[in-house]
This record gives sequence, C-alpha cells and structure tokens, in this order.
Amino acid sequence: MATKNAEALAAVSKKYEWGFATEVEQDFAPKGLNEDTVRYISAKKGEPEWMLDWRLKAFRKWLTMESPDWAKLNIPPIDYQDAYYYAEPKQKKTIASLDELDPEIRRTYEKLGIPIAEQEVLAGVEGARKIAVDAVFDSVSVATTFRAELKAAGVIFLSISEAIREYPELVKKWLGKVVPQHDNYFATLNSAVFSDGTFVYIPEGVRCPMELSTYFRINAENTGQFERTLIVADKGAYVSYLEGCTAPMRDENQLHAAVVELVALDDAEIKYSTVQNWYPGDENGVGGIYNFVTKRALCQGKNSKVAWTQVETGSAVTWKYPSCVLAGDGSVGEFYSVAVTNNRQQADTGTKMIHLGKNTRSTIVSKGISAGRSDNTYRGLVRVAPTAEGVRNFTQCDSLLLGDQCGAHTIPYIEVRNPSAQIEHEATTSKISEDQLFYAMSRGLDSEAAVALIVNGFAREVLQQLPMEFAVEAQKLLGISLEGSVG
Amino acid sequence: MLRIENLHAEIDGKPILKGLTLSVNAGEIHAIMGPNGAGKSTLGYVLGGRPGYEVTEGSITFDGQDLLELEPHERAAAGVFLGFQYPVEIPGVSNVQFLRESLNAQRAVRSEKPLSGGEFLKLAREEAKKLDMDAEMLKRPVNVGFSGGEKKRNEMVQMGIIDPKFAILDETDSGLDIDALRIVGDGINRIMRQPTKAVLLITHYQRLLDYVKPDFVHVLADGRITRSGGAELAHQLEREGYAEIAA
Repeated sequence: MATKNAEALAAVSKKYEWGFATEVEQDFAPKGLNEDTVRYISAKKGEPEWMLDWRLKAFRKWLTMESPDWAKLNIPPIDYQDAYYYAEPKQKKTIASLDELDPEIRRTYEKLGIPIAEQEVLAGVEGARKIAVDAVFDSVSVATTFRAELKAAGVIFLSISEAIREYPELVKKWLGKVVPQHDNYFATLNSAVFSDGTFVYIPEGVRCPMELSTYFRINAENTGQFERTLIVADKGAYVSYLEGCTAPMRDENQLHAAVVELVALDDAEIKYSTVQNWYPGDENGVGGIYNFVTKRALCQGKNSKVAWTQVETGSAVTWKYPSCVLAGDGSVGEFYSVAVTNNRQQADTGTKMIHLGKNTRSTIVSKGISAGRSDNTYRGLVRVAPTAEGVRNFTQCDSLLLGDQCGAHTIPYIEVRNPSAQIEHEATTSKISEDQLFYAMSRGLDSEAAVALIVNGFAREVLQQLPMEFAVEAQKLLGISLEGSVG
Repeated sequence: MLRIENLHAEIDGKPILKGLTLSVNAGEIHAIMGPNGAGKSTLGYVLGGRPGYEVTEGSITFDGQDLLELEPHERAAAGVFLGFQYPVEIPGVSNVQFLRESLNAQRAVRSEKPLSGGEFLKLAREEAKKLDMDAEMLKRPVNVGFSGGEKKRNEMVQMGIIDPKFAILDETDSGLDIDALRIVGDGINRIMRQPTKAVLLITHYQRLLDYVKPDFVHVLADGRITRSGGAELAHQLEREGYAEIAA
C-alpha cells in the first residue's frame, strides 16, 4: 500500500497555477553581492545618505556572520555571488495613474486575481470589502491603490522606498528597532540589500478604513527578493494587513529573505495575515523558493495587541518565526498558523512570544500538515521575564500526516523566570483516518476533495482568523497543495 | 436494480463472504439478518467500495453496470447510499458544508447544476425538520459530540438530502430509543419506499422491522445467505434465535 501510494504520488505532478513568467524588460543590478551592489540599490531608489550608510553597516556586519544551521532543514550551501539582488521592470519612474502601468505587468496581476485597479474587489467573493494593494514586482513596488482615500483618513500607505524619501523621520525612528540589523544572518542580509515592501502608519485613534495588503511577485530569473515591511500603529489605532506571495516555476532555487517589523503603541491593534504560496519546487524537490523570513512585532504600548495569522503552502524551504515582544503591560500576542508541506518541501516554522510586561497574554495555535516526503517542524519559544507578573500562555500544536513517508516535529521551548506564569501546551499528531476518507467518499466526494475537506476542517481554527476574502482563497489553496497526496 | 452473484470477499486475506447471491428489484425492501461475525457489515462495505475489502470472486451489478469497477464516490453518484453503523466524526467541517459539497459533487457527475448555499440550506432544514433534528445541528461539525442516536438520525437526514436510489442501512436502529426508532423508521419509509427505489436493511434485531416492513428477509451466516423468506421470517428468528435457523 505504501509503495503504491508513493508511486501514485510521484505520477501526479503537483499543479501550481501561479507558475507562469511575465515577459517584460528588466534592469538588473550586476550579478553578485558586494558593496557596489548595495550602493547600486540605494542609488536606484534615490535614497538619502543615512540610508546608504545604514545598509553598508549591515552589509559589513553580514560578511562576518554565518548561515544558521539549527533548523531542521536540509539545504545545500547557497552561492550568494551567483544571483541578482535587484531587478526592476523598465518603465517610467513615476506613473501618474495605473493606466500607465506596463500592460504585461497589469495582466500578470489580473491573472493572479489581484485587484490593482481601485474599482475592483476580489472577484467571485460575496460581500468582499475594499482592499488597498501595494503590488511589489521583483524589487520594486509597481502600484499602490486607494492612497488618496487612505490619506484622507490620515493613514500612510506606500512603498518603503517612497517612505524613506517622503517620511524619513518616521522611517528612521522605527526601522531596525524591532528587528535589529544584526539580529540574524538573513535579517542582516536583508538590511543591506532590501529592495521594496510596504510602509504603513496609522495615526493615533484611527481605525484604518479598509484592509491593506501587499502582493509580492517574484518574476525575474535567478534573482532574490528582499522584502522590507514596516507597520506602525499609533495609540489606539487599528489595522488589518494581508500579504500574498507567488512566483514562476523554475528549476533553480530563488531566495526570498524578508524582514517585517510591526510596532503597536498603547491600545493599538495590528492583525497581520499571510498567505504564502511561493513556488514549492517540483515533486522531486527541484526548484522552488528558499523563504527565510524574520517577522517580529513589538507590542510596546500597554494593552496593545498583535495577531499573526499565516497560511504557508509554498516554498521549497520555509524558515520563519513571526514573533511578539510583549513589552507593554497587558499586551496580547497571538499566532495562528497552518503550514502545509508536500513532495520534498521543508518547513521549520513557529513563533516566539517574549513576555516582558505584566499581565501579558499569548495564544499559539499551530496546525502542521505533512504529505509526500516532506518535513514539517513547529518550533516555538515562550519566554517569561522575571519582571513579567501574571503571564498567561496557551499553546496548541497539532500535526496531521498524509501517508507514511513524511515527517512532523514539534519543538517547544518554554523558559519561565516568573513563578506567577500560567503556561499550557497541548500537542497532537494524527494520521488522516481511512474512516474519514471513506465516509466522505461514500457521500460523493472524490479522494482529493475528501482530503481537502478533512484538512480544511483540521485547520479551521486558524482559517477562521483570516479576513473572509482570504479565507476562501486559503481553503482552495490547501486542497490544491495536497493534490496527489493520496494514492 | 442490484444483482449480487456468488460474492466472495476478504479482509487482510481472511475470507468473510463466501458465495453470497442476492437480487434486489426496484420497489423492494430487503432485510439482512444474522449473528455477529456473519459478514453483514462486510457486505455493506463491499457494496460501498471501502478500500481493504477485497472481492476475490463473483460480481455485483447495479442498474446493469459493474459496481465493482466504480470508486466509492462514483457509486454515490450512481445512486448508492451507505448508512454507517458507526458514523464518522469530521472535526471542523460543518454538516452543512459536508453535505452541500457531497451533494454538489454527485450532481456534477450527473451533469446537474450545483445547488446554491440558499437552496441547499432550505433543503437541509426541511429534511432536518422531518426527522425531528434541531436545525442547529446542521451547523455543528459532522457527528462531533453527537450521541449515538443523534448520529443515526443525522445519517437519515443525509439520506433525505442526497435522495439516493438505493440505500444500504447498516444497523441504523442501534443506539436509538423507541421514539427515535419510530422517527427513523418513518423517515426510511418516506424517503425510500418508492417504486423506483430499493433498500437493503442490515440489522441484528427485528424491532426496526416493526416500522419498516420488509418485503424479503434473508439470513446471513458464515458469509452466505442460508435462508430467505418474507417478513414472518424475522419474527421466527426473534423467537427461535439464529442458531436454529441459520444452520
């Protein structure tokens, strides 16, 4: 039975609908990575001197660092000189309206179903709300929507490249404050060569009038994408932000090393949702994105709250731990994650909840689904500082296995230095049951629809945290990611 | 409608059914009775197409097509419904979602238009009401936290919604109290007692047969049908036990 499954699995090549490439002329930085690359990127973006200095400082630090090897990931050494660090589509520098956008790029987003014209909302979803989009194509932001309407509400929503030019004081104040330059190998690399991403500032007392989102698309061959996003919610502000990612199917591995920093001041709340669907490689593990991401939130203010929700279906390798530093008294951190691995994918993902303030609370719900010959690891840290009285944490990690050649691992680290803390940890591992599959099939579902249904049920607690439009997409994605996983 | 010829089936190499022959025509209700371990549930699973139940000999045709060639979901779309002895729990998936997707998958195979959310909900609420099931239970995850009786009633609600041509009901009466037994019995009659439909009732006891009157009763013992008769055979079994009659 097992071998039969494996054969069937190998025979079914996984469908990746987003794997097309866009034919568009692009400008590249010279291949390889050195100080000139950093200067090239900074000059391309017309950055002020302080930004270039900041980048160079990071680059020099990076040269002294080594790639981390503690994750349960098997990755061949990456040749950092054999890649491009900057690619931008050739078009007019500043476009006055979306009509001036390169039609090829425009079509790309249409094909991906991303609404970059303001009158569009996600097609086919009942009751879809307005979503402002920042569309990042390789190394540059090509469009940002609803800017005027957001500005009227006092919300700043633009690409980080523009923010560095237009709001230098705000950027300077917060950039690198949550994830320091030297935080880790990939964060330091990102600090040197980051290309584009989103900047959001929600002023005091403002509830952002619509969902904000960034859609990252890798298009150019042999090019890394170094996204940098910074979101600041001032006192009493609220924002819900979404992030989506896809890439063409290629035989080579491409690097995506992102840094995302969130800051929540007193009573502010940020909901950050990710649907990560980078190209995962083929069934033999050829190609796919290496996704090394540092995401961290600083709940600086009292009673502030940050909730991370992630649906991770893509990438050949995922190394990602969206975390919360709960500094403000009474602040709340939440992490909801679904990670699916199929074929030869490897994911090592989880979170860190660092409790510094009094009466801080955190919730972790992680659902790992492994199929094929993949490996899926939850790695999570809950740390309670001596000063943090009255901390509560609840952690639940569930793993679901499809087939008998995949792996699921749960590695919790719990460090409590204050005796008043209440920490709960629950973990389960189960196989998808033959009873459930047969029951669903006997009602009319084929095996893939049955698996998709059962897996969606398994992941429900996480999926229901997503904004509705994205929940629908995520449900479909889970099913597609697992196609061919039952023989 | 259903023709089973000399059916032999095994699980993990162990023979369970050993030459079972049975014909069911449209408009008929057949009861299969027999002692524990006779192969009653195996017959249900073989008809439903459960993996691991291997047919080694014989044939099953349904409306002229070879049923054994079809995957479980294709059998469902062809009109076969299997009511489970132990309905399975699917956490996180609501009854409504489960049944709507299932029904629409069947409709797609039959080139029928899918039911919209609203249309489906109306149908589901009507069926739940007819079977005296709280409509709130439609929103709950499939069978999770349901009592034994609620699960069985839920199977009947599913059958009412799916509206199959042929139903195999495996011990549908177990776990039901007297009132529920009557409601479920009425449900089977209402949904399935039609000239174009047929039922195979697998049961241990005669009590469900007080509500659903079978046209034929068969005794299954050691993988074969050892006796067939009318409704009176069930009473005789109840009085005299299987040991006498099955032998």
